[in-house]
Amino acid sequence: MRMKTFSGGLHPPDSKEFTATRAIEDCPLPEELVVPLSQHIGAPATACVQAGDRVRKGQVIGEAGGFVSVPVHAPTSGEVVAVEPRPHPSGRALPAVVIRADGEDAWDEPMPLLDPAAATVDELRGRIRDAGIVGMGGATFPTHVKLSPPPEKPIDTLILNGVECEPYLTADHRLMLEESERILDGIAILQKILGVERTFLGIEANKPDAIERMASLGADRSIEVVPLEVKYPQGAEKQLISAIAGREVPSGGLPMDVGVVVQNVGTCAAIADAVLRGRPLIERIATVAGAAVKQPKNLRIRIGMSLRHLVEACGGTLAEPAKIIMGGPMMGMAQLSLDVPATRGTSGLLLFTAEQVLKRPEGPCIRCARCVQACPARILPTSIAAYARLEMMDEAEALGALDCIECGCCSYSCPAALPLVQSIRHAKAAITARRRKG
Amino acid sequence: MIAAVTSLGGIGLLAALALGAAARKFAVEVDQRESAIIDVLSGANCGACGYPGCGAYAKAVVEDGVSPSLCTPGGQGTVEAIARIMGVEAEAAVPQVAVVRCQGDNRKAKEKYRYLGLADCNAAQKLADGPKACPGGCLGLGSCERACPFGAIEMTADGLAVISREKCTGCRKCVAVCPRQVIAMAPREATVHVLCNSHDKGAAVRKYCEVGCIACQICRKTAPEAYVIEDFLARVVYEHHEQAGPGVEKCPTRCIRDFRQGYPEGSSFRAPGTDVSSDVDAGANEKVAG
Repeated sequence: MRMKTFSGGLHPPDSKEFTATRAIEDCPLPEELVVPLSQHIGAPATACVQAGDRVRKGQVIGEAGGFVSVPVHAPTSGEVVAVEPRPHPSGRALPAVVIRADGEDAWDEPMPLLDPAAATVDELRGRIRDAGIVGMGGATFPTHVKLSPPPEKPIDTLILNGVECEPYLTADHRLMLEESERILDGIAILQKILGVERTFLGIEANKPDAIERMASLGADRSIEVVPLEVKYPQGAEKQLISAIAGREVPSGGLPMDVGVVVQNVGTCAAIADAVLRGRPLIERIATVAGAAVKQPKNLRIRIGMSLRHLVEACGGTLAEPAKIIMGGPMMGMAQLSLDVPATRGTSGLLLFTAEQVLKRPEGPCIRCARCVQACPARILPTSIAAYARLEMMDEAEALGALDCIECGCCSYSCPAALPLVQSIRHAKAAITARRRKG
Repeated sequence: MIAAVTSLGGIGLLAALALGAAARKFAVEVDQRESAIIDVLSGANCGACGYPGCGAYAKAVVEDGVSPSLCTPGGQGTVEAIARIMGVEAEAAVPQVAVVRCQGDNRKAKEKYRYLGLADCNAAQKLADGPKACPGGCLGLGSCERACPFGAIEMTADGLAVISREKCTGCRKCVAVCPRQVIAMAPREATVHVLCNSHDKGAAVRKYCEVGCIACQICRKTAPEAYVIEDFLARVVYEHHEQAGPGVEKCPTRCIRDFRQGYPEGSSFRAPGTDVSSDVDAGANEKVAG
């Protein structure tokens, strides 16, 4: 049978064999955790503790700074030693709360438990915000905002994202296998909030065990598991909607414009913890892999653990890493050092050796159109990049530069090694900056 | 043959008459002053005045009474010429020149990471705030060089923008394009400048740059009128720039330079008529190394 998918895309070696069969392990607690106040898209949280304060696990240490913002919680119990700018995965120094763990790891009073059947939609949404829940696929958009569609945009379909199309990452895969109940509980809460008619769970066909498990458990909860073709970027929101629901999100639009909300499976598990167990988002599953890591693993990590600590929990490094990436190799963020903290968006940590990151010299465009074939947004990467390099931003905009989802398929497929996605990203920034200026 | 010549000639004649008539009938009336102003403007269409080209600026001066002193490339002469045409008093325009407030090229300033992306400062700045460890230093990828309509900017081999004071007209295009505000405008007559743009504390600056301002106050002590220190960065008070000389010699990191002694070492430009004695730069190097 031909499996569902979107148009365009490509298939990089998925390299999931290193960790796909490794059960989730708890990462031991370090002595010090650095919790950034900026861990989501939107306004950063504002610190509400100061140096010298004692905090308990789960206590609010940063309050939400606006509607598109969520609070930040203490990942363990201990003493606040500093509230100051610290190196952040974005490459800048951003405000963070530094906690010295006392080793007791004692919980604060849990938030009152909610019964999803009895609680109102507003109560459930409020809890999701108060628990600091953001999209855990890596984009870290505050979840309660996504769950508050305006009344003129009715939602009829919920799509759960268990695709994990980035190479190396297996955190969602293990979560679906080992903690499927948490995911299903979270899905039930989402179904209640959105009042949807249909619920789909998309999983790439290279995880047959997860498909089987979720399909058997989901059948009696009206969750339809959809196996999807193994292709990158199958897990991108618009591509997933196109594959599963056959709907096209308009240019500049959002999934809610076509009646769909997409949530990552990790987010569902966090929602279940928040509602049924009264626990905020202070931990997540992350894959640590790459040829420079001694024992690749799936770890349950606390927010605020340094990347160095995660690597040490995997037996350290085999070689000096030539490249450190937080997230997946396609869309993850290169890091300047291992001395930055893991955040809510840390789905993986990859350490590559020098042989793995050879850079080919740039050549001329040979008009082969491989980037055009690969582009899942169906725009013309080569033309937009050429305009961007000539600073002809009007022309780049006319060709749909803003529709680029920055998946990197164009750069990956280019035989001339042109920095296509970088050029388009440059154009996007220039266009939006000019729009802001007016 | 004759028929062909007459008919073709006839068509030509008719067309010429029609075109001539149309040109008179539909002629756009141009204010004499407007064309006179266009003649005295530099004609570079650089946009420094804020209008899209010299013609638009001339029109704005005539029709909207816009100030005649906006053409920085033209200088005082142009301002006076426009004022004469318009019959108004010429305002005193202080001729400005762009200054790169950085000497931290790839040899003298450290990098956070190796940047392999697009050769464009604005693209590089988006990646973790740019590869240069100094948050205010020149990224050296030449966006200003490409933006300069007068060819006044050149990049040195070690990645530093250097501006020719002779070619710079003060149009500010480089100022607008630089993502780190390294380039600033200064009065043309001032030759002493603090060539640093880092607001970090001295200890931090020393870690990443050999020639950065460490806010040690020595320049202020030697010439209190001519310098101010704001936010850990010294700046020349240009109203008193002629008193700034002593600071140049006393600056321990040599981040204050007098362009009359030539441009900073490694530059492609030299001030005209000044032969930089090699011991000035050699001395600078010794002090930095020590």
